[in-house]
Amino acid sequence: MTEEKRKILIKLFFSTLYISAFTFGGGFVIITFMKKKFVDEYHWLEEEEMLDLAALAQSSPGAIAVNGAILVGWRMGGLTGMITAVIGTIIPPMVLLSVISFFYAAFASNYFITLLLKGMQAGVAAVILDVVCSLGSGIIKNRNIIHIIVMFSAFFAAFVWNINVIYIILVSACVGIFMELWKRKNNHKTNS
Amino acid sequence: MIYWELFISFIQVGIFSIGGGYAAMPLIQSQVVTKYGWLTMSEFTDLITIAEMTPGPIAINAATFVGIRIGGIFGATAATFGCILPSCIILSILFFVYYRYKQVSTLQSVLGSLRPAVVALIAAAGLSILKIVAFNGGKISVINIHWLECGIFLAAFLVIRIWKKNPIIVMVCCGMVRVVLGSLPSFTVFTDL
Repeated sequence: MTEEKRKILIKLFFSTLYISAFTFGGGFVIITFMKKKFVDEYHWLEEEEMLDLAALAQSSPGAIAVNGAILVGWRMGGLTGMITAVIGTIIPPMVLLSVISFFYAAFASNYFITLLLKGMQAGVAAVILDVVCSLGSGIIKNRNIIHIIVMFSAFFAAFVWNINVIYIILVSACVGIFMELWKRKNNHKTNS
Repeated sequence: MIYWELFISFIQVGIFSIGGGYAAMPLIQSQVVTKYGWLTMSEFTDLITIAEMTPGPIAINAATFVGIRIGGIFGATAATFGCILPSCIILSILFFVYYRYKQVSTLQSVLGSLRPAVVALIAAAGLSILKIVAFNGGKISVINIHWLECGIFLAAFLVIRIWKKNPIIVMVCCGMVRVVLGSLPSFTVFTDL
């Protein structure tokens, strides 16, 4: 391994570690941090390239932070870069949650901690339903009838009928594929 | 074997959670609570609360938390590895496709249509957490409604929705309000645990 590559790998490891340890609030925040670090500070990537990688990371399965790390890792250091970036990303949550879960049993039986957790659960429900309101109104505003139907039927399937989440996702993906095919067929007709 | 079960179960979380963050939540719930019963719904709700408070992706947090409780450090490693393996494979392929063709739009248009379903699934998971909060994990009936928790939920929802306050600060405040009210003698009469 050349000296230069080793330096890049070390930088990559510590920057993904840092980003993962200090970003609360999920994927979109992580992408902003990555842009600041890799585009503005290290000049490893062009801004447009970073946006494309972010789109890939967000539209693929899995955690956005891990996905982003995989892409930037490959870009900067090939396979070893990818592995370095992924390890950097998963160390902070793994260490933290290990510590917390060791104490959880003792925690959960404490009267005050139980009260604290109960209150915070009410807060979590509020946070999640707030996110749902924002995302859901975005989809309704788009006025795509099929998307709205998908949204409501997926909700009933999951919440009322308890259908397995994986089937719901697969069926919705199929709806998307059929919509795409139908659009192409219509475009083809109007062109010819 | 428990490590294998953890690994397989979190591979499914890794493959099917599209859109990051909250999108992973209903999948983790379906694997960990519904299918294997590794956590009760109320422990799962605690897990989501903890995951919200700590940095890092919810899926990785959940994998570590469940893995440790079911199979110690090795369980956590198996679950976390399962969780990131699909990403590593899929994103590596996409990386090469992207740099060869620079074409992201087809993928995005197909996956974009998944968004409404994901929103619906997040809503369902959020409501099942609210159900735990409102009925304290017990029977669903008017007599069993825990008004204090419902009040805290409503107040928090309004604060976040209208004033757009930082969710983590709101959550911590909810917890502290509950501790203070729960410690007052007059309230413990209504809201025994």
